[in-house]
Amino acid sequence: MTLTVLAIDDSRTIRELLKEALLQAGFEVHLAIDGLDGLEKLEGLAPDVVITDINMPRMDGFGFIKAVRDKGTHSALPIIVLTTESAADLKARAREAGATAWIVKPFDEVKLVSALRRVTAA
Amino acid sequence: MDHSSDIRATFFQECEELVEALNDGLNEIDETIEDGLAEPETVNAVFRAVHSIKGGAGAFKLETLVRFAHHFETTLDALRAGRIQPDAALLLLFHRAADHLSDLLAAARDGVDPDPEGGAELISLLAALTGADEEESSEGEAEDFGFVPLTLSFESEPAATGSGCYEILFSPTRALYANGHDPSVLFRVLGDLGQVKARLDRSRLPAFAALDWQESWLDWTLTLTTDEPEHQIDEVFEFVDGLCTLEIRALDEAPPGLPLLPDPEPAVTVDAEPRPQAPPPKPRPPEGEDSAEKKAAAPRATVRVELDRVDRLINVVGELVINQAMLSQCVQDAGIPTRSAVRSGLDDFKSLAREIQESVMAIRAQAIKPLFQRMSRIAREASDIAGKQVRLVTEGEATEVDKTVIERLADPLTHMIRNAVDHGIEPAEARRAAGKPETGCITLSAAHRSGRVLIEVADDGGGINRPKVKQIAAGKGLIAQDAELSDAEIDMLLFLPGFSTSTVVSDLSGRGVGMDVVKSAIQALGGRVSISSTPGQGTVFSISLPLTLAVLDGMVVDVAGQTMVVPITAIVETLRPQPQDVHFLGSGAQVVTIRGAFVPIIDLGAAFGHRPPVRDFSQRVLMLVENEQQRQCALVVDAIFDQRQVVIKGMENGYGRIPGIAAATILGDGRIALIIDPDEAVGNVSGLGDP
Repeated sequence: MTLTVLAIDDSRTIRELLKEALLQAGFEVHLAIDGLDGLEKLEGLAPDVVITDINMPRMDGFGFIKAVRDKGTHSALPIIVLTTESAADLKARAREAGATAWIVKPFDEVKLVSALRRVTAA
Repeated sequence: MDHSSDIRATFFQECEELVEALNDGLNEIDETIEDGLAEPETVNAVFRAVHSIKGGAGAFKLETLVRFAHHFETTLDALRAGRIQPDAALLLLFHRAADHLSDLLAAARDGVDPDPEGGAELISLLAALTGADEEESSEGEAEDFGFVPLTLSFESEPAATGSGCYEILFSPTRALYANGHDPSVLFRVLGDLGQVKARLDRSRLPAFAALDWQESWLDWTLTLTTDEPEHQIDEVFEFVDGLCTLEIRALDEAPPGLPLLPDPEPAVTVDAEPRPQAPPPKPRPPEGEDSAEKKAAAPRATVRVELDRVDRLINVVGELVINQAMLSQCVQDAGIPTRSAVRSGLDDFKSLAREIQESVMAIRAQAIKPLFQRMSRIAREASDIAGKQVRLVTEGEATEVDKTVIERLADPLTHMIRNAVDHGIEPAEARRAAGKPETGCITLSAAHRSGRVLIEVADDGGGINRPKVKQIAAGKGLIAQDAELSDAEIDMLLFLPGFSTSTVVSDLSGRGVGMDVVKSAIQALGGRVSISSTPGQGTVFSISLPLTLAVLDGMVVDVAGQTMVVPITAIVETLRPQPQDVHFLGSGAQVVTIRGAFVPIIDLGAAFGHRPPVRDFSQRVLMLVENEQQRQCALVVDAIFDQRQVVIKGMENGYGRIPGIAAATILGDGRIALIIDPDEAVGNVSGLGDP
């Protein structure tokens, strides 16, 4: 089964890196440029997992995760935070917002893909 | 990876935009700095730009860049958190850091080793501001950026210490499932640590009819035998903290065949904060409706296209315009009546071709802003070297100009800004004595004006010292000792090759590149440059450029049997002179009276050597043209054929620069016509144009 991933990052570079890595791994990839865009893209989509950055304009990763959890339309959707940050307080905030896991950038493709397969139990 | 070089290119392109956003933000903070306040939104945007550069650089293992960006980011974060206060000195440091960051990016892009010296100094300055980070910034810890290659909350590095057996009681709440967790995934990750046995407790599961499917009904008791330290278990459950009841207790010995019943007093409970020594929380700017609205301008959808493709399109469209002109010519020659379907169809074709052309030209147009931003940096560096306080104000940054024009404008503009800092702005003492603020101001502005782009570099310095300029020019033999020159003529002396007013060769402008080079660079773009200066108040250099380098609207005229094109933008009016209006001067020169003013006449036919000067204008047309200084002259042409758009074909590659001729074009009938440079024509009258 092809897994569908929605990846949200305001950096074009990171988006392309993610897209490339995930396509190679055989995922179906959708991209969004910030939290708001991510929410909009999520509307017509049923991804198996979402990867999101934290620090983004318009709506950051916390806001995005909270909004998804509050809406409840995509409950049980694993949301993985992918960020350069590793501070414990930020992790705690992400967890409170409803994040499922946390990966620190720069990411290793192989490990990222295996992490994705894991959270999606695929 | 096949696409890695593409992504790398994307990275550098994105970084250019990020550096632009960074400089924008810093400039914005500059403006509010007097109140000691920085708009949180703006600081956040600046932070994010540096943060994104760091993130991307990390992906490409650009360590010098990551390291520098990290220190820059840390200091910006301190500003964001209010731990340090913005002031002019801080902003200057940030500007320098932004400049250095942009240098590092350029070095990384070109595969050049960046200069380590500048970075080290800036890093220590940045680190000094945040105090707490000073140790981290020491040279020895270059590797420590606070990132781990990959830490997934439930994926842990194996550690050598610890060996034991644990019993874990795990009772998820419904929120655990809602947040995307799956107990089986957690168990599998736990399995990485050692041997796991799980026992399901489904005693709470109600009858099917009473089952709320969203509720959590299942609990587990797990036994783990592992060599890993206990905190590794905590980390597995880090992200489900608060979403489950979790009890972890160490067992004294390996579990017997059946797991023990849970102890009423759990030995260990997972701590909600695994790392208490974490830095203080970072306050975030309010995410109110207002600020969200303000920043909510989603980026416009864009497509990136190679420039070659655009240029190919522009060339073809140029040919289309020529072809359309040829077709019109054929139709006219064939004597097809004006009101025929062919004619009206051709008219539509003509307007469509024009529309296509304008749209294509718009693709090449870019905002001049990045160029202006570079100039901010030039001004900063130049004023540092000159030891002057100078502020660069930019206006009209959104003005769109052809990409090539922007690229080729960088060098002349750099020189003009340096010149303004070096020669225009007076030293602080002189400014004080003159009752001016000590900080000099240079205004760099761009605007569209009547089909051209006008760029001005204005300083509020002492103005051109004309007696000195004249003295130097005379000393260098550029003008006669006793030459009588108007102020405007003296100013134009600055553009003569070999002229330099600086008595000492300074670090900045005196590099052997004079204003003459600036002038020829601007002329090569089809532009003109002029000066106006008021003693004590400053000097304005104005550059006027065509909107595009590809086409122009021209008047097709006949000059002594030659077909030539005069750019429409230069033409003020055309007239048939009455004999009594034309006056002959002693030197053979002629003037015409137009509404009481004397305007010099230039016979193009004679000027280009096609015929001796004409004295009878009764059958001819005078075309009044004007240059940037509003100086006028009347060009003599024999007839006006048509007004049309012509495609500019440069001649400089084949023939070099021809005075009085801007370029050539191909007309509808396939003939080649020269395009006249009216500015030079006017300049020639003043005796100060190119020889």
